[in-house]
Amino acid sequence: MNSLFSQEVPLSWYLLLSAALFSLGVVGFLIKRNLITVFMSIELMLNGVNLSFVTFAHQWHAVKGQIFVFFVMMVAAAEAAVGLAIIIAIFRARATLAVDRIDLMKL
Amino acid sequence: MHLILFIVFAGFCLAGAINLLLQSHPISSALSLIVVMTSLAVLYLLLGAEFLAAAQVIVYAGAIMVLFTFVVMLLNAGREERTLGSRAARAVGFPAVVAILAVLATVILHVQGLGVATLGEGLTNVRGSTNIEELSTVLFTRLLLPFEVTSVLILVAILGAVALARHGDGDPDAKPDPNTKLERTAAK
Repeated sequence: MNSLFSQEVPLSWYLLLSAALFSLGVVGFLIKRNLITVFMSIELMLNGVNLSFVTFAHQWHAVKGQIFVFFVMMVAAAEAAVGLAIIIAIFRARATLAVDRIDLMKL
Repeated sequence: MHLILFIVFAGFCLAGAINLLLQSHPISSALSLIVVMTSLAVLYLLLGAEFLAAAQVIVYAGAIMVLFTFVVMLLNAGREERTLGSRAARAVGFPAVVAILAVLATVILHVQGLGVATLGEGLTNVRGSTNIEELSTVLFTRLLLPFEVTSVLILVAILGAVALARHGDGDPDAKPDPNTKLERTAAK
């Protein structure tokens, strides 16, 4: 039990978790049929990438990776605001959120 | 202790992400995404990034997810219909995702020289300054211009969001009437 408390975690586990989160985000982007949930999957991918940035910042004892994450968060906030406004505009024009029926630009 | 905390919160993280995919109602997906983001904040704390942990809770789990839940409530989004994606997504997408995950896992597990993380080991340098001091020194001296440009970006995003989500074409007296537009789409 004492060894369990003092044990350290390999950084590759953090990187594996980040890869898994990114892949789950891609799967959600592919299978979800609701515009808002598709957008949430994109946020999930961004979070997976952020985790790997923080892990490498820890690995190299450099603060640059954390600054990258800071800027990604700022851009994600701006992106969420604009994206959700676009979703509201789409809903107002077409009265649906199903991505199968928002096919104006489809060939 | 670090191992236990990592396993618990990585489990929360993965469970939340999988639950996001399984739920059919958007509000359930939004709540599981909040679980993912809050557990990620704990993982940032374990990696010695305390400022980012706070920013993760405030910006992601707070601001962005409140925006998401507001939009879900505002649009009264119902259950989604399951179609399992298009044929292209099934034929190319899922094998590609599995391949990407396999390649990433192989690379990560074979790379040499990756260190370990222990509890309470932050980003302290030789001068003994803490992580937040280090971060703010770089952010407000060398990266001052990008930092200020970010504020302009957010201002533009606010203006764009207001312009996109506004009713009508700028006549403040015009009463918004969503019914006419809905009828037009239904008639089409």
